[in-house]
Amino acid sequence: MSVDSVFVHKMWNDNELSKMVKGGVPFPMLSDGGGKVGTVYGIYDDSNGIETRGRFIIDPDGVIQGYEVLTPPVGRNVSESLRQIQAFQLVRNSKGTEATPSGWKPGKATLKPGPDLVGKVWEVWKTSQAFD
Amino acid sequence: MPEEFKPGCARPTGGPVGEIADLDVDSLKSGEITNKEEKKAMIKVGQKAPDFTAPAYHQGKFVNIKLSEYLGKWVVLCFYPGDFTFV
Repeated sequence: MSVDSVFVHKMWNDNELSKMVKGGVPFPMLSDGGGKVGTVYGIYDDSNGIETRGRFIIDPDGVIQGYEVLTPPVGRNVSESLRQIQAFQLVRNSKGTEATPSGWKPGKATLKPGPDLVGKVWEVWKTSQAFD
Repeated sequence: MPEEFKPGCARPTGGPVGEIADLDVDSLKSGEITNKEEKKAMIKVGQKAPDFTAPAYHQGKFVNIKLSEYLGKWVVLCFYPGDFTFV
């Protein structure tokens, strides 16, 4: 979503993005003229008339689980967004019985918070796991 | 789901749907929030994503998108500064 019109979205997709991604952008390219939606989400920069790089992960109940906002010159890390979605999905599927520690990615151990784990995280999780 | 539309000369627009959550009373009393612009609730994790409609370009068609039509699915909503802005 950006403040550009759907006509500009079409030109950008058809003339440039479709040369990077076969078939063009697979998801809807939303138009937010005037930044009304961006304002509600708190990411519209009204002094410059643009939206900043806000990214919101919304679960099946319509609840915001996470967001990230960057200034224009730095692009996002899509892999990190996907990792976060996988983590939120795991937590949701476990009905809140599992949590994903720092550095978690699919296949790595989760934590099962409860009275027995209090003060014992150091036994089951090492700081190296945040980086491997 | 998304409804196709035929654009005219007016630039299609969308916007928020429903009432925007009011500020919390404590902030008002304490005088933290003074002007009207700031009277909108801040986005918080764990709270409902504000619903909106927006015109969109999708696979060769112009369609109207409503966020609440995606209930039941995971959604990634990305804002960016503008088309053709390099990054």
